[in-house]
Amino acid sequence: MATTVHEPPKLESRPVNVGGSGNFRNMVPAGGLPRTKQQYAPPPASTGIWVALAAIGMTFAALTSALVVRKDGSNDWRHFTLPAILYLNTLILLASSVTLEVARKRVSSFMAAGRVGIANPARWLYLTLGLGFAFVAGQYLAWRQLSAQGLYLATNPSSSFFYVFTAAHALHLIGGLGGLVRVTAKLNTASLRRATLDATSRYWHFMDVLWVYLLLLLWMKL
Amino acid sequence: MHETAHAAHQAPTSFIRKHVFSLDHKVIGKQYYGLALVAVMVGMFLSWLMRIHLGWTNFAIPGLHLLSANGAPGNVMTPEYYLQLMTMHATIMVFFVLTTAPFAAFGNYFLPIQVGAEDMPFPRFNMMSFWVTLTAFIVLIASFFVSDGPTLGGWTQYAPLSAVGSVGGPGEGMGVVLWATSIAIFCIGQLLGSLNFITTTLDMRTKGMSMWRLPISSWGWFITSIMGLTAFAVLMPACILLILDHVAGTSFFVPSNLVINDQLQPHAGGSTLLWQHLFWFFGHPEVYIAIVPGMGIVSHVLVANMRRPMLSHRTLIYSFGALAVLSYMVYGHHMFVSGMNPVSSIVFSFPTLIITIPSTIVVLIWLGSLYGARLRINSASLFALGFISMFIAGGVSGFFLAQPSIDIMVHATYFVVGHFHMVMGVAAMFGIFAGTYFWFPKMYGRMMNETLGKVHFWFSFVGTYCIFMPFHYLGLAGNVRRYQAFVVDYMQPLIPLHRFITIAALVTGAAQLIFVFNLFYSRFKGAPAPANPWEATSLEWSTPSSPPPFDNFGGKLPVVYHDPYQYGVEGSTGDYVMQDSPEQIHSVRDEA
Repeated sequence: MATTVHEPPKLESRPVNVGGSGNFRNMVPAGGLPRTKQQYAPPPASTGIWVALAAIGMTFAALTSALVVRKDGSNDWRHFTLPAILYLNTLILLASSVTLEVARKRVSSFMAAGRVGIANPARWLYLTLGLGFAFVAGQYLAWRQLSAQGLYLATNPSSSFFYVFTAAHALHLIGGLGGLVRVTAKLNTASLRRATLDATSRYWHFMDVLWVYLLLLLWMKL
Repeated sequence: MHETAHAAHQAPTSFIRKHVFSLDHKVIGKQYYGLALVAVMVGMFLSWLMRIHLGWTNFAIPGLHLLSANGAPGNVMTPEYYLQLMTMHATIMVFFVLTTAPFAAFGNYFLPIQVGAEDMPFPRFNMMSFWVTLTAFIVLIASFFVSDGPTLGGWTQYAPLSAVGSVGGPGEGMGVVLWATSIAIFCIGQLLGSLNFITTTLDMRTKGMSMWRLPISSWGWFITSIMGLTAFAVLMPACILLILDHVAGTSFFVPSNLVINDQLQPHAGGSTLLWQHLFWFFGHPEVYIAIVPGMGIVSHVLVANMRRPMLSHRTLIYSFGALAVLSYMVYGHHMFVSGMNPVSSIVFSFPTLIITIPSTIVVLIWLGSLYGARLRINSASLFALGFISMFIAGGVSGFFLAQPSIDIMVHATYFVVGHFHMVMGVAAMFGIFAGTYFWFPKMYGRMMNETLGKVHFWFSFVGTYCIFMPFHYLGLAGNVRRYQAFVVDYMQPLIPLHRFITIAALVTGAAQLIFVFNLFYSRFKGAPAPANPWEATSLEWSTPSSPPPFDNFGGKLPVVYHDPYQYGVEGSTGDYVMQDSPEQIHSVRDEA
């Protein structure tokens, strides 16, 4: 066994509010010099949101596999046409992602400029919120349309899955709306952190992509 | 911009914020431990009742009717009540003890300290995770108090029995709804916990603490949290579908033309196998969620007592990772006799045999590292050895069960019950005990009584072998599991053995009271603990006090210079070097 000598790194104890972590993953160029690296800890929110999205993705993957097994293993599956309003809802949700991106960009400039000289970007967040609420309302209308056709939760496995998927997505989306309300409040009180906004945006966009996936799945299978 | 836990919350001042709704990971860890302690007492008490009934079927247990007038008329357990107790015993033990104590309790307390952080990154989520878990426990216990008692469907809650409502038997109505609600809530708690654990490990490590410098226990919690994140995210929607079948009349799991108790069920077309797939996709990783933290804790304890590192730190961690990945690919081995396509059995059998390879590597590393080591014998290291013993003894029967041709013969017998109780039940319990004896001085600033600890170990070690080794023999003799009484002729000769097991269970269970006494006695009267009683090297022993202050390191985060286990180093002043010691050392076995 080879004997190795370890040179301790020339590091000093540091004040607690600096954060930091000792892995290559967390090294960034220092002072614009790519050859010199410094320690950098990514804000936990940016990692945490990916972890949360992985769990949500897993939940919907489980439900998808349940749908496939249930549909293919029985002969009582009744196909039905998806309510047309779902397509309009999809456009509304896609638009909300666009407005949120505009908001995110403008918030960056707004914060960088010290909150002066640039219009408060909160209105873009309000617009996103409005579109989000419109989507949830649209989903509610879709449920009403289905129930008017006599398709309830327990009518057929196809309608059961429709309600389960759309309700699960709507619940997650309402969580996103809560996040947006929080971001807006923080922006208005000048306590918004970049990491919070970025994490909320990622969550919202994920809900958007998830909905497009669900729409395709439901369109193909129901 | 840097965002640290430092900014997340300040030191609490009120009693409520300090001890009840605390954001401090250490308090939350202790709360989880307390919950697991209450849960394990309930679970053990239920197992006593079952064992007495199995040994002496018509024996009237004084006061049992107080627990359930319908379930125990004249203090004698009905067959249904036996199944209800069995279901609750398993559910409580698997979820609220084996998941809660080694992972949520110790992980919460020690992961942030071992990585050199002040707290977890999302303390509010952390607090929520405990209170949500406690709510889940209360909901589950509430099912004892509904009219026809808790569910009798087993902890696996196989459909269609679990999905048809009260026509399925006592407890299959509200009992199942409460069970599924409790487990769905539990999943939320564990998802929040896993989110914190993963982010803590990735983002909260202090300067110099690379991933390879993490202690093995931290690796155990990290890998477990990844499993928890993916497994509980599947169980939760499965429970919701089960609840919908119950209360909303859907047919996810109930097939057509099902007649139960002469009643044609209104459901149609559902797949009973679908529940099994969803459940076991969670259920098998759950086995590793219970055992991998224990493996990490035991490795950590052993290294400190062997005074030398494991033969290969990295191989051990790679093996944990392999266990985690493979745990998702083997779940079908629980369904060999479910009516699944026989080809699928082969497909699931193969990775099941493969998963024994990383398990064996882990065991060989432990044994190889122990060989020739002058192990310090104390309660913690004894329980660590006991863990290895249980894991090997219980694991060997896994080789047999992994093969469909043998599994078909011993499926649903006591052979399986003996296997899983030893390999993931008792082994994980021994991991919890090892962790408790090892870390108690850090958690409370006092030493546990060693004599009582050793007495506790020998009773537990010998006792569990007396209980669970005969299970294998019973299974091979054809003793079917889940039977409340053995009335068939061929089972009559087995009854004396059942009585022996019952006596062993009562004695071993009573011996656990020694541990509980030691826990509370030492908390208040134990000898004051030195700062580093085990002369260990990881960061939890670098905190300025025991228990650590609110921010763990007294306002200054440590800087890490070394691998986690620098024992027996040449040229060092002692025989060990702390991770945060800037001392320059010559290391004989240093991998990072």
